[in-house]
Amino acid sequence: MSLTLLIEQILNGLQFGVMLFLMAAGLTLIFGVMGLINLAHGSLFMVGAFACATVAAATGSFWLGLVASLAAAAAAGALVEILVIRRLYERDHLDQVLATFALILIFSEGTRWVFGSFPLYLDIPQLLSGAVHLPGGAQYPIYRLAVIGVGIAVAIGLYLLIGKTRLGMRIRAGESDREMIGALGIDIGTLYTLVFALGAALAGLAGAMVGALQSVQVGMGEPVLILAFVVIVIGGIGSIKGALVGSILVGLTETLGRFLLPHVFGLFMPNSEAATVGAALASMLIYIVMALILAFRPQGLFAANA
Amino acid sequence: MKKLLAASLLALSASVAGNAFAEPIKIGMITTLSGGGAGLGIDARDGFMLAIEQSGNKEVDVVIEDDAQKPELAVQIADKMIQSDKVDLMTGIIWSNLAMAVVPSATAQDVIYLSVNAGPSALAGAGCSPSYFNVAYQNDNFHEAMGEAANKDYKKTFIMAPNYPAGKDSLTGFKRFYKGELAGEVYTKLGQTDYAAEIAQIRASGADSVFIFLPGGMGIAFTKQYAQSGVGLPLLGPAFSFSQDVLPAIGDAALGVKNTASWAYDLDNEANKAFVEGFKEAYGRLPSVYAAQGYDTANLILSAAEKASVKDKDAFRAALKEADFDSVRGKFSFNTNNHPIQDFYVREVVKDGDTLTNKIVATAFTDHKDAYAAECKM
Repeated sequence: MSLTLLIEQILNGLQFGVMLFLMAAGLTLIFGVMGLINLAHGSLFMVGAFACATVAAATGSFWLGLVASLAAAAAAGALVEILVIRRLYERDHLDQVLATFALILIFSEGTRWVFGSFPLYLDIPQLLSGAVHLPGGAQYPIYRLAVIGVGIAVAIGLYLLIGKTRLGMRIRAGESDREMIGALGIDIGTLYTLVFALGAALAGLAGAMVGALQSVQVGMGEPVLILAFVVIVIGGIGSIKGALVGSILVGLTETLGRFLLPHVFGLFMPNSEAATVGAALASMLIYIVMALILAFRPQGLFAANA
Repeated sequence: MKKLLAASLLALSASVAGNAFAEPIKIGMITTLSGGGAGLGIDARDGFMLAIEQSGNKEVDVVIEDDAQKPELAVQIADKMIQSDKVDLMTGIIWSNLAMAVVPSATAQDVIYLSVNAGPSALAGAGCSPSYFNVAYQNDNFHEAMGEAANKDYKKTFIMAPNYPAGKDSLTGFKRFYKGELAGEVYTKLGQTDYAAEIAQIRASGADSVFIFLPGGMGIAFTKQYAQSGVGLPLLGPAFSFSQDVLPAIGDAALGVKNTASWAYDLDNEANKAFVEGFKEAYGRLPSVYAAQGYDTANLILSAAEKASVKDKDAFRAALKEADFDSVRGKFSFNTNNHPIQDFYVREVVKDGDTLTNKIVATAFTDHKDAYAAECKM
């Protein structure tokens, strides 16, 4: 194991974490502002990927596909909020979970109905193909570096939006006291739709960027959704800063665990067994980390309303 | 009264004129039609139904249910099919874990099960049954074929599979015949979609080739990321990672990849030509290996139905065992454990016009048998 390999793996962990952040930011925003558990967030991720793949296949341009993914996911999010979610704010979390779980099934089977059961094709844009040389002789794909860049840009953008703008002020106000800002004459309904659409657009963006790396298929959002929930639980529900730290932590733990644990076990057992045991433990690692963090800080690292 | 008489006369003459055993056969098909693995089940079903349609046999009634790739659901459906639908035969399961949940209890109730895909080692060895016929392969076979084929060109292969029973069978199968050194052996999480960490390890391992068993979406994700990474070592795998159902989604990144299977669309025999043409015409796409296996399974059942009554289980089992049908794979016969003896081919992903598909480039094994037959006592 060399230093360049380690650097490469750390970058991989960062890239994975940043992608999780795009999912977790929307999820935590929606939970923080509206108090809603949205299981269908993974479906919006899938909508983004399918929109990008379809438009990219029709026009030949990944960039138009990316725009389409933002638009389609935001539109789907706004529509879902107006038609379904709006009726759930006053209900308890169990009703919300049931309704949004139903949405997952509707989105999945609807997508299969429109696009069929076979995965779609989506490749990275020509401009970002190839690799760059890192100091120390390692090579790293430009596209993955670009994903890291987009994630950092979104994190800064969200920070500015929430900390420095009037909309952000309203979002924060809505988080702490929704009746009061309603009483102050702010249209809370529109604000909620906006926040929901924003979270959906971020999920769609993540779906499109990841779709180019992976396969665009029905059900692609659910595994990511589970990790995104782990992230917001670790980071503190409702906190964007927590989502960022949590995502990077989960991304690095997951990637480095997968890579280092088999090596560690390889020191004192045969390679084939070390690979099996290491892989098994690596897949548990983030949940172990989550359990440890919750044991010491039950409200998460940066709880918003603590 | 006259009408009734005429009708019964007609029925009588039809039953006399028809085939001696043209009696209704009820087949229960449990397969995966929703969720991420649906492409495989849909292909197996479409291949199966194509053979039934082409035969023109109106007496075959197929009950199809979706297992959503969930073992508990498959078990429920199987119970319903056996107890209330009273099916004579069962088939359709794609995944080994589902097969393990359904097959032993079905065969214990004297229902004949024919596998279109899954071939777990437990059912080929000590757990074999006279009522269980595998028309596809034993799970290790494709991997064994690649291990054998890799000996020719490679000395140091990096091998990788998901961490679940079929993944371990895969790497065991590969190692059983591969004589070179292993540059690395990695188990990934089942359903993993990001392989950056593994690709970095491959790059650093000093391997001269890479063998992967990653079916469905996992294979799509890996192959795309591998091509993007520019590692460029030759990529090998069983056909599952590069079958017709996933090739369009991988795109040109799959070109030149070598993979092993018992079938390819360009296999030169009459049955295969009729199958490929019929499939393209009926469904507007190229068939995959799963569709070929489904098609063969249906034809095997039809061939047995001409020789024996499905109500006479012993006679029907014997008729199945003869495997007297025109397989799209050419030669096909059953070993003592009711698993196939067949040839395995090395295929290469090529572009035929605008479509990506697999062409045969070599033969890996002739008349290959699985490694577990000796453990089967029946």
